[in-house]
Amino acid sequence: MTEGAANQRIDTVAALRDAAITTLLAFGLFLPLIGFHTVTNIRNELELDTRWPLLFSIVAVVGVARLAYSFLLAPWLERIKLRPMATTTPAWRATFGKWFVPFCIGFVIVYPAIIIAATGFGGALKWVDNFGIQILIYVMLGWGLNIVVGLAGLLDLGYVAFYAVGAYAYALLAKEFGFSFWILLPLAGVMSSFWGILLGFPVLRLRGDYLAIVTLAFGEIIRIVLVNWVDVTNGYAGISGIPRPSFFGIPFNANDDGFAATFGLEFSPIYRTIFLYYLILALALLTAFVTVRLRRLPVGRAWEALREDEIACRSLGINTTHTKLTAFGMGAMFAGFAGSFFAARQGFISPESFTFLESATILAIVVLGGMGSQIGVAIAAIAMIGGTEIMRELDFLKQIFGESFDPTQYRMLLFGFAMVIIMVLRPRGLISTRAPSVFLKEPKPVPVDLVKQGHG
Amino acid sequence: MEVFLQQLINGITLGSIYGLIAIGYTMVFGIIGMVNFAHGDVFMVAAFVALVAFLILTTWLGISSIAVALFIVLIVAMLFTSLVNWIIERLAYRPLRGSFRLAPLISAIGMSIFLSNFVQVSQGPRNKAIPPMVQGDFVLVTHNDYAVTLSFKQLIIWGVTAVLLVCFWYLVARTRLGRAQRACEQDQRMAALVGVNVDQTISLTFVIAAALAAVAGTMYLMYYGVVSFSDGFVPGVKAFTAAVLGGIGSLPGAVIGGLLIGLIETMWSAYFSIDYKDVAAFSVLAITLIFLPQGLFGRPDVEKV
Repeated sequence: MTEGAANQRIDTVAALRDAAITTLLAFGLFLPLIGFHTVTNIRNELELDTRWPLLFSIVAVVGVARLAYSFLLAPWLERIKLRPMATTTPAWRATFGKWFVPFCIGFVIVYPAIIIAATGFGGALKWVDNFGIQILIYVMLGWGLNIVVGLAGLLDLGYVAFYAVGAYAYALLAKEFGFSFWILLPLAGVMSSFWGILLGFPVLRLRGDYLAIVTLAFGEIIRIVLVNWVDVTNGYAGISGIPRPSFFGIPFNANDDGFAATFGLEFSPIYRTIFLYYLILALALLTAFVTVRLRRLPVGRAWEALREDEIACRSLGINTTHTKLTAFGMGAMFAGFAGSFFAARQGFISPESFTFLESATILAIVVLGGMGSQIGVAIAAIAMIGGTEIMRELDFLKQIFGESFDPTQYRMLLFGFAMVIIMVLRPRGLISTRAPSVFLKEPKPVPVDLVKQGHG
Repeated sequence: MEVFLQQLINGITLGSIYGLIAIGYTMVFGIIGMVNFAHGDVFMVAAFVALVAFLILTTWLGISSIAVALFIVLIVAMLFTSLVNWIIERLAYRPLRGSFRLAPLISAIGMSIFLSNFVQVSQGPRNKAIPPMVQGDFVLVTHNDYAVTLSFKQLIIWGVTAVLLVCFWYLVARTRLGRAQRACEQDQRMAALVGVNVDQTISLTFVIAAALAAVAGTMYLMYYGVVSFSDGFVPGVKAFTAAVLGGIGSLPGAVIGGLLIGLIETMWSAYFSIDYKDVAAFSVLAITLIFLPQGLFGRPDVEKV
């Protein structure tokens, strides 16, 4: 009893000391950049401003958070660790696992209807566009990159280059030659795929981080070319007035031959948005379906073998050159599809949309979701993209922090922070099991620790 | 010829800055085998700390001697940046040591996004320009009305870089810390067995890397007189290129690689096209990695089964 009390007291002292150190460190950390604010005055000179209240409140929050961790979170984590581990998965889990994917697909199919029922025609536009289409684009890109990174184990930090190739291919060909979306979609995929193979060739020998950096360099080179080759790409100004896709030949406009008039409906921009939503949904599901089927073909098995052990792969007579190039080409093709969809949806593209940050976001989605797990990638895309999009909707925070508080400013800040936190807590991603590609009698989930990350 | 000489001077100046950042990449890669993606942003944070310190000294305290101001700014920037990098290592990289290989890379990319956005939110998105700290130059050669000049600030950059490199070389080659560091680079478990505190050594590596990046950041601010929150990425990638070109893990390689990248960039801007100067640096990176993966001074990577 007394011993327990003594332990408790020592803990308190240690916790207070930790909190004091943390507070001091936080003060040092935030002093230069939060305590002081550089502002440009009327004469265009830089001046310093102080923000002591903000600095002290942030430091106080950090200190209190450290105390809360020592007193509340840490004992709780200890107790969780002591709890006996369940040896068998409960029955509800198995049922849940079985019905989860069909339920999700069903939900995304009826999602526009639910939104329209909830918010009406006017309000639905934002929710279908900003959340539905935006997230699905990233889900599709994540699934495309998943082929390269998750299955073949080739770390690619320049994936957005292929997205850009697809977008510019659609924009330029549609504007100059007036080809329709349905002709250009496969064409953009083919072009991106070609670029994927072209850029894949020189980097075949590289592995791991080196491969990541070279692909980053290629991505940046393509972006700089897009910026500077003004005759073709119009540089920073970008390409505007890109033709929008039509409903199999029926345009979405208010004319007599438009979509609304043809089907006897009242004109509303929501029809186009819903059409685009189902289009990207179909494209994303196509990506997932192709990936699932490819895993059963020799080439898919070769990708996974390559990820597990390249040397063993070569010893067994697998042509690693072909295997790597098909992975690059296949991944790039889906990025090209997504790119041409992006150009068609926006009607405007510029090199600003294809920065390194996009590549990092897509790679982060793949890794955070759990490389190779398609459900994980989809969940990570929803969490990361939906999470940052929802920051735009938090207007009530203005009532707490005052009118000048703009939550959208903090989107990327929290995005970066979330990447670090998720990695620290779950380094192997959110989904911790993988579906086996080869099995005897019945498929059993493979624990993620047994899956190699690849050296390619 | 005059243009060449002038670009040589400019290139060495730029190369010194890249070299200082590149040491940070190469040291961290050497000791824990990770590309510290956030290092370019640490450099940018250092430039901002230097900016704040410079403004405090000149506008509030009214120090008029530039030499004293610059010295204090340098020390302050080094201290704060070291603290920042030490905390980053503690929070974002140490928990991931020995884990899955991609995890620290993603964590570092997240940290890089976090740092640049933190500066954007806390200091505003606009470029921050300060009046020139050091003015004046030497005219070296005048020929056909084209004067080749070596400005005082370039001279300061050369001098500071040279002094710091000597200190740094002494630290790594002659002190206990340097020995511990080289031991950890070769074999962490063995180093731990003979009594080297591996965690502390790795922390100190990050601190030294940040201190050198802080010098580079201060020099960058002094040289260009302007800094913005997005200035970390491109110098970061170029410094990484320099580290790779010199052979990653090799300290003299990083400095020579930095000088080479600086020269390639300035020469390319002078003789070809300034729009594509980044393409030149990135192409050098790609070509080096493809044809000379171990760099100029690196050890070749042996594939073991």
